[in-house]
Amino acid sequence: MSTRKAAVRAAVSPLTAPSNGVALAASTRSAHRLAAIRPSRRALLTGGATAAVGLALAACGSGTGGSGTSSTASDGTVTVVTYDSFDLPDELIAAFEADTGYTLEIARSGDGGEVANKLILTKDAPLGDAVFGINNTMASRILAEGVIDTDVALNLPDGAADYLAPYIVDDTPALVPIDFGEVCVNVDTFWLSDHGLEVPAIFEDLTDPAYKDMFVAINPTTSSTGMAFLLATIGHFGEDGFAQYWKDLVANGTKIDEGWSDAYYTDFTAGGGDGAYPIVVSYSSSPAATLNDDGIATTAAMSRTATRQVEYAGVLAGAANPDGAAAFVAWMLSRDVQEAIPDAMYMYPVDPDAALADDLANFGATAEDPIVVDPDDIAAHQQEWLTTWAQAVGQ
Amino acid sequence: MLQVPVSAGARATAGERIGWALAVAVPLAFLGVFFAWPVLTLLARGLAPDGALDLGGFGEVLARPRTWRVIGQTLIQATAATAICVALGIPGALVLYRRRFPGQGLLRGVVTVPFVLPSVVVGTAFHALVTTGGPLGGLNLDGTRTAVIAALVFFNYGYVVRNIGTMWCRLDPRAVEAARTLGASPWRAWRTVTLPSLLPAIASAAATVFLLCATAYGVVLVLGGTGAGTIETEIYLLTARYLDLRAAAVLSVVQLVVIAAALWVGERARRARQAHLALRTDVPATPLRVADAPALGVTALTICGLLVAPMAVLVIRSLRRAGHWTLANYADLSTTGGDNALLVSVWEAAGNSLRVAAAATAIALTVGVAVCLVLSRNPRRRLLARGIALFDAVFMLPLGVSAVTVGFGFLITLAPTGLTRSWWILPLAQAVVAVPLVVRTLLPGVRAIDPRQREVAATLGAGPGRVLASVDGPHLLRAGGLAAGFALATSVGEFGATSFLARPQGPTLPVVVYRLVGSPGAQNQGMGLAAGVVLAVGAAALMLACERLQASARRPTRSLAETGTSNTLRPAQVTHRDRHK
Repeated sequence: MSTRKAAVRAAVSPLTAPSNGVALAASTRSAHRLAAIRPSRRALLTGGATAAVGLALAACGSGTGGSGTSSTASDGTVTVVTYDSFDLPDELIAAFEADTGYTLEIARSGDGGEVANKLILTKDAPLGDAVFGINNTMASRILAEGVIDTDVALNLPDGAADYLAPYIVDDTPALVPIDFGEVCVNVDTFWLSDHGLEVPAIFEDLTDPAYKDMFVAINPTTSSTGMAFLLATIGHFGEDGFAQYWKDLVANGTKIDEGWSDAYYTDFTAGGGDGAYPIVVSYSSSPAATLNDDGIATTAAMSRTATRQVEYAGVLAGAANPDGAAAFVAWMLSRDVQEAIPDAMYMYPVDPDAALADDLANFGATAEDPIVVDPDDIAAHQQEWLTTWAQAVGQ
Repeated sequence: MLQVPVSAGARATAGERIGWALAVAVPLAFLGVFFAWPVLTLLARGLAPDGALDLGGFGEVLARPRTWRVIGQTLIQATAATAICVALGIPGALVLYRRRFPGQGLLRGVVTVPFVLPSVVVGTAFHALVTTGGPLGGLNLDGTRTAVIAALVFFNYGYVVRNIGTMWCRLDPRAVEAARTLGASPWRAWRTVTLPSLLPAIASAAATVFLLCATAYGVVLVLGGTGAGTIETEIYLLTARYLDLRAAAVLSVVQLVVIAAALWVGERARRARQAHLALRTDVPATPLRVADAPALGVTALTICGLLVAPMAVLVIRSLRRAGHWTLANYADLSTTGGDNALLVSVWEAAGNSLRVAAAATAIALTVGVAVCLVLSRNPRRRLLARGIALFDAVFMLPLGVSAVTVGFGFLITLAPTGLTRSWWILPLAQAVVAVPLVVRTLLPGVRAIDPRQREVAATLGAGPGRVLASVDGPHLLRAGGLAAGFALATSVGEFGATSFLARPQGPTLPVVVYRLVGSPGAQNQGMGLAAGVVLAVGAAALMLACERLQASARRPTRSLAETGTSNTLRPAQVTHRDRHK
C-alpha cells in the first residue's frame, strides 16, 4: 500500500449531472481497464533522475543540454489535454521537465470520447498543446476535423515506426499510437465449474440457453468499454448481423449495465461484490487481478472476443507550444514511460520490448488475433450503429 | 436600467435608485457572463452554424420517435416524483418542523443528506439494493422507471420538507386557534387556514423539484438502464458523445419550454394564493399528539424505507472489504488509494471541497439576496411588475438548462479568456446553480412580509437601509441559514458544468468518490464508499450547523397581529412619504 504523497496535480472528475446535488454520470472513464495489478514496487528510476527519456528530443530545436537547467528556447509550459484517468509517476514527469526545461501541465477533461469532442469543438482556439488519449473510435474523425497538427516533426525513438505501423490511422503518423487495452468477455471459471458448466469460448456460446441469465454487457452509448465490445460484435457478425446477435443476447437474459465498474464490481460473481453473473465484458488484463491464495487466476478472458482500444497522442493544430507538444509525444514512447503505463493507467504499452509486471505477463495475455474494425468505418457509422443497437436491445 | 422603487408611488432618492439599480445589475451581469453567454453561444453553434438561423433541425429532430419517447419519459418521471415528494413532504414538514420530540434534529439532518449526495454514490447504493441478488432483487426493479422515480424522491424529499417546514414554523398559530375556537375540526382548520397559507411554499418547492427531476441526469443514467433516458441524458449524449450540436440545441430549446411551463404553472399557483401573511419568527413547536399518528406513520415509513435503506446499504458496504467486516476503508482515507488511484488523499479533497463550497455559497448568497429583495417588491407600475416577473423566471433558468450545455458553452466562450483555468471558475459555476435554490428558499418568507410593515417603518423615519435591516433582515436571516445550507450542500455534492472543463487543481470530494468507485480493486471500491459516507455525514453536519446558527440568530420581531388575508391587488397604502406624481 503506497503512501507516497502524490503531488497535487489536476484532479480527475467525472461527468457531471444536473444541478441538484446529483452530480455524476455513470460513464466508465476510459481507463479502468485493467484490474489493478498488485503494486509492483519496481523502482522506476533506479538510476535516479537520469535522462529518463531516451531523448531524441532534439526536436525542440534547442539543444537540450541534459544538464537539467532550462535552456534558452525550451522554456514554457506544455499543456496536455487528456482523459481523467491519465496518470504517470511523478518521478517520470519531473525527469521530463528537468530534461527539456518545459513545465508539464495536465488538463484532464473527461473520458476519451469527451476529450475528442471537446477538441473538435474548440479547434479554432485549442485547449492545450498536445493531446493524449484519443482512441480508435474517434481517431479518424479527429484527423478529418483537422484537430491534429500533421506537419510537426516528432523525432520518435529509433525503431518506433516498425511497431507503430499496424496501428496508424489513415496513413497519418502524426497521430501516434501510445498504448492499447484489450476489451473481451471475462468468465468466472471457478463459478462455472462449480455449477457443472463448460467455459464459453466464442460469441455464439453466450446465446446458448445453458448460459441463460449469466452475461452482463455494458451500454456502448455511455461507456467506451461497452463501445469496444459492440465494435467487436460488429467486426465478428458484420454490419448486417450484429443486431440479431444482440437480440439473441437479450432474449437469453443478458443484462446491460451503464458502466464497466457497475458491471464488474456489482454484478460479476468474481468482482468482489455479491454479483450474480459469472460472465462479464471486461479486459484481457482483468484476470491478473483475480488471483486466489494459490496464485491462480479464478477468472479467464475469452480471447476470441477480444478487440483492441488503441490510444493515440498528437500535437494540436494551432498549439501555442508545438515544440513542447512534440517533445511530450516522443516522451510518451520512451521506454520508461512505456513500462510505467501498465501500472499507472492499466494499459498495455505499444512498444513490444517494454517489460510487463509478472502477474500481467502471466495472466493478462493479449489475444493473438484481435478483432479489428476500420477506424474510417467507425467514424462514418458510429451513430447509426448505436441507433441500430438501441433498437435491437429494445430501447 | 430598470429601477425598482421601494414602495409604489414613493419617489426614490438617488441613493435608493443606485442601490436598486445595483441589486438588478449585479445579478444580471453575473448570470449573463457565467450562464447566458456560454449557453447562447453553444445554442447558436447548433442552430446557426453558418451565421444564419437554420430551424430545419426542429422538424428533423422532432420527427424522430425517440425524441418524443424521451420527452414523455421525462415528463412522467418528473411529475410522478414531484407529486410523491409533495404528498410525503407535507406530513414530513408537520412532524419535523411543527412538533417537538427527542431526536428531531437528527431526523432533520437525515432527510437532508440525500439532497447532497453525488448521484454516483446514490446510483451505486440503489443499484446494490435492486440488482439481482440484492436485498430487493426479487422485485425486478433494476433498470425500471420505478427505480428512477424512487431515487428522484430520495433526492428531493428533504428539499420539500425543509421548504414547507421553514414556512410552517413561521405561520401565526392564532389563525388556526381562532378557527378551532369557532368549532372547526383540526383537519378542517388545517385545510382552510394552514394549507392556503402554505400553498406558496408548496408551489415554489414543487416547481423547483419538478425542475430538478426533469433535468436529473446521473441517477437516471445509472438506474434507468438502457431504456430511453430523459431530455437531459439525451442532450448529454448528443453533445458530449456525438457532437450533434444541432439536435442537442433543439432538445435544449424543448427542455427550456418544458421548464418554463413548469415555472409558469408554479407561479400561477403561487400568485393565486400569495398573501401577506403575518409571519413570526418565533413560533414554538408543540409536542406530538394522537392526531399526528397518520403523519408520523407516513414520515417514519418514508424516512426508514426510502431514505435510510439506501444509505444503510452504503454504510454497510463501506464497512466491508473482500467479504469481511473491517474499518480498513476508513483507515485508508488518508492515502491516495490502491495504485495511487487518487492524486490527493480523501481528507485533502474534503478540504478543497469546503473551500470551494464556502466561496460558492458567499457568491450565491450575495447574488441571491439581491435578487430576492428585487423580487419581493410590489411595484404598482405594470411595466415594473412585468419586469420583476421576468427577472424571477430568468434566475430559475440555470436549474433548467443542461449542465453539459453550460459546460461546453464555457469551453467555447470562457476557455479562450483563461478564466476556466482559474480556481474561481468552480465556485462561480456552482454559484450559478445554487442561486436559484437560494432564491427559492429566501423568497417565500420575504414575499410574505406585509409591505405595510416597511411603510410603517418608513413613516416612523427609518431610512431605506434601516427598513431593509429591520423589516426584511430578520426574515432573510431566518431563511438565510437554510439557504446557505442548500448552497453549501449543492456545492459540496455537485460537479455542475465545471466537470466539462479541465479538472481543477484540487479535486473535490465528490470527484474523488467518483474516481474511487470507478477504479479497480477492492480497496478503491471500499474507499469510494467510505468517502461517500464521509461526504454524506459532512453535508448533513454542514446543513445542521447552518440551521443551528440560524436558530441562534433568531431575533423576535413584532408581527402585525392580523391574519394574512390581504392580497397583492389591494391599493397601495398611502404613507406620509408618499407624494403622488
